[in-house]
Amino acid sequence: MNNVMLDVREITTKYITRFKEDVYAVDHVSLKVEEGKSLGIAGESGCGKSTLALSLMGYYFAPLHYTSGEIIIDGRKITGMDPDDIRKSILGTEIAYIPQGAMNSLNPTQKVIHFVEDVFQAHDPYKTKKEIYEFAREAFETLGLPAEVLQKYPVELSGGMKQRTVIAVSVLLFPKVLIADEPSSALDVTSQKMVIKMLKNLMENGFIKSMIFITHELPLLFNVTDDIMVMYAGQIVEKANAKEAVFDPLHPYSKGLMGSIIVPESGLREVKLAAIPGVPPNLKNPPCGCRFAERCRYALPECPAIAPGIREIEGSRAYRCILSEKELREVYIKETLIREACQNAG
Amino acid sequence: MLDESNKCLSAVKLTKVFGMGRQKCVAVDHVDFDLCTSEVVSIVGESGSGKTTLAKMLLGLINPTEGEVYFQGKKRDIRTQRKKREYWKNIQAIFQDPYCSYNIFNKIDTVLLDCIYMRGGRTLPWAKKVELMAEACSFVNLKFEELTNKYPFELSGGQMQRLMIARIFLLKPKILLADEPTSMIDACSRATILDMLMRLRKETGMTIIFITHDIGLAYYVSDTVYIMERGKFVEYGCADDVILNPRHAYTRRLINDVPKIHEAWDLSTV
Repeated sequence: MNNVMLDVREITTKYITRFKEDVYAVDHVSLKVEEGKSLGIAGESGCGKSTLALSLMGYYFAPLHYTSGEIIIDGRKITGMDPDDIRKSILGTEIAYIPQGAMNSLNPTQKVIHFVEDVFQAHDPYKTKKEIYEFAREAFETLGLPAEVLQKYPVELSGGMKQRTVIAVSVLLFPKVLIADEPSSALDVTSQKMVIKMLKNLMENGFIKSMIFITHELPLLFNVTDDIMVMYAGQIVEKANAKEAVFDPLHPYSKGLMGSIIVPESGLREVKLAAIPGVPPNLKNPPCGCRFAERCRYALPECPAIAPGIREIEGSRAYRCILSEKELREVYIKETLIREACQNAG
Repeated sequence: MLDESNKCLSAVKLTKVFGMGRQKCVAVDHVDFDLCTSEVVSIVGESGSGKTTLAKMLLGLINPTEGEVYFQGKKRDIRTQRKKREYWKNIQAIFQDPYCSYNIFNKIDTVLLDCIYMRGGRTLPWAKKVELMAEACSFVNLKFEELTNKYPFELSGGQMQRLMIARIFLLKPKILLADEPTSMIDACSRATILDMLMRLRKETGMTIIFITHDIGLAYYVSDTVYIMERGKFVEYGCADDVILNPRHAYTRRLINDVPKIHEAWDLSTV
């Protein structure tokens, strides 16, 4: 077994709104990322994906608050540490985070090199500017970015270039875990591909040791990550490797998500897109039973009352449903048969 | 099949040039096309290929530098504000960013009432107006009772985009121009919105022009696909032909750049 880079045990975090209500946006989430592996997190908007990313850094600021659970990065427990220590010795060097719309975080009045100098000097005040420049230039070239970028202002760069610059800067201190939150959602397909290629490069060139990738685009996750975790209403509903998660999903929610995939391949036009009706529940007062019950097509009468635990099955898969794997598969097969019969009849 | 009576919208040598002299930028370069009634067309291209400029010209929001737009066989005349309003009864749009598409001072029932007024329903009794609004909301799976007295910013992005479709449902234009309608919302709501647009087309027989950079989406919804590169159409034709047997190198590149699930995604080509 490989080295576990990031080990998260039952982490729970909450938002406290200005009306003093608790919103548990991440609820008992456990995950493990091994060295050299990448984990994808999928789910609708408002399912807690981005909050999970924020929670994993161990550095909390209002309105996000830590409640319980442990985060262990490469054998070092970071929950319970002093926030100042975390900022100095964890962020950037152990764990790096690329937020949504990262390209807007470049300061428009400064050249990119100033941003790089800031990053280095926060961690090592004795490094000279020349050393930093040489180091950054080399790193940029390894990652396929022209070194001139360093001497430019952000307005001179295109959207895709800005995004790649931010990613490159965020890994200059060789973090062990990189969390990328929708790094390509604002870009067009060609820039997106360049960003993805760069993220893959990072892993191969040893800039990072493991990656967590968050997006709602399933075809992208399938191509980028080794494992996929599906989140719904702050909880994990399914964990599987990428292939199984896309082609053989077990949880009804994952099944619904896979029904909304659009790719330019032959046969797409015959497929009817199946959207999941309704919206995710309000987490201020989450349903007491299964959180997906009211939108689930296969819900049983007892579903809204019983909160199912996570079931581990063979092949390191896991899902959260009261039905067993065999029962779920039977339900799906029955549904396919009925649909085919309808098609033949009508 | 393309006879004069079936033609809904056509463009002849449509051109838009921004700037002049050394900074001249030809955004749309002598574009010709014809749309049939109740056809679904996609215009696909990268960012910066001139898709949105073309859309704005078709809508009459900016004036073309050269060329003409013909609406139902006649030359489009939008020289006065009154004529523009008359034209907009026939062509409506859904824009990329739902958050910027509404007047923030108007409540949602005002938004919908304006649509009824535009269709000449100002003199209808109140009960009839409510009935129309409720019908439009139920078409897009929204509850009208919950929406009255709310402002647009209280809705989520997906709900706003659905409300936009409810507007279109009330207005019943002949042409709908959808400029990246699903690029800001997640994959699951995207399926819902596409489904609604397709239902709308089936019920009212309107012509839909999709503008998108997602070639998969274009393939899924449209009959005809136009591929646009630097202001010119480089390839067009029936969706199956263009997507499954692309001839132009640019089309091939666009298709290659989209992640797929049944075929390998080649990362080495960028």
